[in-house]
Amino acid sequence: MAAKSDSLAPHFADLEQQHEAATLGMWIFLATELMFFGGLFTAYTVYRHRYPEEFAAASTRLNLVFGGVNTVVLLTSSLTMALAVYAARVGRRDWLISCLGLTGLLGAAFLVIKGFEYHGDYADNLVPGLAFVESEWPKPAGVKLFLLLYYLMTGVHALHLIIGIVLMSVLAALARRGRYSSEYYAPVEVGGLYWHFVDVIWIFLLPLLYMVGVR
Amino acid sequence: MPQPVETPRMYVAIFAGLIALTAATVALCHFDLGAFHGAAGLGIAGAKAALIVLFFMHVRSGSRLIWVIALSGLFWLGILLSLTLTDVLTRSWSM
Repeated sequence: MAAKSDSLAPHFADLEQQHEAATLGMWIFLATELMFFGGLFTAYTVYRHRYPEEFAAASTRLNLVFGGVNTVVLLTSSLTMALAVYAARVGRRDWLISCLGLTGLLGAAFLVIKGFEYHGDYADNLVPGLAFVESEWPKPAGVKLFLLLYYLMTGVHALHLIIGIVLMSVLAALARRGRYSSEYYAPVEVGGLYWHFVDVIWIFLLPLLYMVGVR
Repeated sequence: MPQPVETPRMYVAIFAGLIALTAATVALCHFDLGAFHGAAGLGIAGAKAALIVLFFMHVRSGSRLIWVIALSGLFWLGILLSLTLTDVLTRSWSM
């Protein structure tokens, strides 16, 4: 267990204040992240308003099975993340390490499933510029816009998830070394906030990308 | 610091709710709800996000400062969307 003095930075009065400052800092970062994704959501809204039929037609071609399974995988990872923070708070190091490892593995599973989904999209000629048949669609312009937004939004989300997985590995390694205790676990709490935020973004991507039209 | 009050049992119950709402979204993809199709999907997503933010992210037991930051994020997203749409929806597009 880390000694109190090791974990407390000199510019904080006590660990409590440090914990609160770290949490607040992460929330401010997440607010800017919301603005970042907000730009994509706004672009999506504008073009969905402009090309409603094309968005609906393209959306029903995406693989809902992969999308649904991946949602369950990510929600499960959020549960294990919440349990990891709980384990850290009550000082259970064995649970903490297992939960952090499990969270990272579930994140990796999401990426693998997403990879299979992208491959399926490619095989189904749904990649504008790479594998796309213009004559297949009555009005291809809006379809291409939807698909590009699909790759951009899921791609940026996947990038965030990769960062999250690296974060989980670092947290798990530090937890193994006994860096965290029930007094000092702010990094686990803050890492959890980031992980849940990435999950929340996916929760909105599910209806926006897979549920535009009726299947 | 304000201590989170959530227990593992509570987390599992919330997780079950999240899975049920996901099943609802996937099922709704196959039904034509007309004008409410998009709203239903986003409404369910909003409910799921609220569960995660309030419980998993400890906002429910968080300090007022955390509430202010979380709500201001939503507020600015609202400005971004609404001011963009006031332009887009009132323009006469040719094409």
